[in-house]
Amino acid sequence: MSQPNDISFQNISFQYPQGDEWALKDVSFHIEENEWVAIIGHNGSGKSTIAKLMNGLLTPQSGRIHIKGLEVNEENIWEVRKKVGMVFQNPDNQFVGTTVIDDIAFGLENHGVQRDEMLKRMKYSLEAVKMEGYENHEPHNLSGGQKQRVAIASVLAIEPDIIILDEATAMLDPIGRNSIMETVDHVRSERDVSVVTITHDLNEVLFADRVIVMNDGEVWKEGTPREIFNLHKELGEIGLDTPFVTQLSNSLKSEGIVLNQEPLTHKELMDELWTFYSRT
Amino acid sequence: MDILFENVSHIYQKNTPFEFKALEEVSFHIPAGSFAAIIGHTGSGKSTLIQHFNGLLKPTSGHIRMGDFNITAEKKVKDIMDLRKRVGVVFQYPEHQLFEETVEKDIQFGPKNFGLSQDKIDSRLPEVLKSVNLPEGLLSRSPFDLSGGQMRRVAIAGVLMMSPDLLVLDEPTAGLDPRGQKEMMDMFSRVHKETQRTTILVTHSMEDALKYADYVFIMNHGKLVMEGTPLEVFQKEEALNQVGLAVPEVIKFLHAFESRFGQSIPFKGQSIQELAKEMTEIVRRGVKDE
Repeated sequence: MSQPNDISFQNISFQYPQGDEWALKDVSFHIEENEWVAIIGHNGSGKSTIAKLMNGLLTPQSGRIHIKGLEVNEENIWEVRKKVGMVFQNPDNQFVGTTVIDDIAFGLENHGVQRDEMLKRMKYSLEAVKMEGYENHEPHNLSGGQKQRVAIASVLAIEPDIIILDEATAMLDPIGRNSIMETVDHVRSERDVSVVTITHDLNEVLFADRVIVMNDGEVWKEGTPREIFNLHKELGEIGLDTPFVTQLSNSLKSEGIVLNQEPLTHKELMDELWTFYSRT
Repeated sequence: MDILFENVSHIYQKNTPFEFKALEEVSFHIPAGSFAAIIGHTGSGKSTLIQHFNGLLKPTSGHIRMGDFNITAEKKVKDIMDLRKRVGVVFQYPEHQLFEETVEKDIQFGPKNFGLSQDKIDSRLPEVLKSVNLPEGLLSRSPFDLSGGQMRRVAIAGVLMMSPDLLVLDEPTAGLDPRGQKEMMDMFSRVHKETQRTTILVTHSMEDALKYADYVFIMNHGKLVMEGTPLEVFQKEEALNQVGLAVPEVIKFLHAFESRFGQSIPFKGQSIQELAKEMTEIVRRGVKDE
């Protein structure tokens, strides 16, 4: 292997202690360096279990997980966790500091970052999530969206190789979601980082290079967002929706409008319609 | 329950350096039986507002009338206790409030606290379970063994047991998958229609407001900035953008369609298939004109 994958799952099976069914059944996939992968699937499909396995919060009954070439096991766990930054759905459960700035400092202190470097990182990570000016606010007095941005800032400050967002935007409004996604996209343009978003939000999926669709503890499909949303009907059968644009283009197709490619954005669909309109 | 807010303001930690105006001179009327949606950016004052509906917060100034109850800054909390029996609030992530050993005990905890007789509890239970789609077989299970969606239904069942005149829902679908979200909203819509109670939905989802509400309030920085039927409010795309809100995707697309093709398709609740038909007609006409 010339370049190790950032994340590799080999034949992972996992069962919760009281569960009667396997949460993951022989799951294998790779995530490349600097890749953005979205994992989707309905509740109970196994997506959040994957996130918890990635940094060793859970241990699989069988199979091997590697993060940046390191096997996730008891010996390497702390080394692995330095490389993986996680943001969960409910920000209330992840605050430790009494002020925003303390909270960000906590992670940095744990990683033994020098003071002048700390100051620099705290500043840029708050700027990245557009929370400058909130340094001395108490986290529990912030709104849901603001809390989530602080949680993301704390993770950005650590400069992990891999950022995992486990339904991290579920509590935000559409504009807030978009701004978090753009923040992450911006970070990715500045340095090498792999991103794994575990999400229900279909527009969030469009930011990803690749999508892994989970169903009943198994990898159901892998592909680009365009390839995946092309499977409109099959996705519906496993309880997943497709974005508005996909639904509309499917309806247009059934009215006899010919589209050259599966549009993903409003603009792409509008351009397709315009092409049809102006064709002689 | 008829709801009237007159110049209601709420200031947190008044006369301290931390003083914060969360609501400013808010006035509105929600007629009994309506399904209203309150929408606003995070931090717009929505959560402060809903805590006034059952007297968890009192206004710093102004006057609130909830049915027969009047709430002002001077009102004593014990006088508004009865209001809480008639206003059911489903908070965000209500499943976090579950604590009892069994589903049955958890559902009964609230009603018992409010002094509802065991007879009434027993007679209402089957009906409530039906409305939230929980099988009776789950009653003896621990609520913590259930799935996230089921746990949330248990918490909601506890609220519905009081058969409140007003049901306040704070982001009731957060964290559910799309199918779960739709099931949950359809359930609230059904409960609303069956009992003719007043429902207030606090949401980020413009799509849900468009689909379920008959009246919409837009909050920004503690002020009520717009109100009207969903169709009226969502026509004002620019004004909504200014307060950090996006119009529902379908309306956004129709606006873009109009500016591209010069022909408008007014939105009146058509399905996607119906809209596709209307668009196809316009697009085909273009082809013929060439």
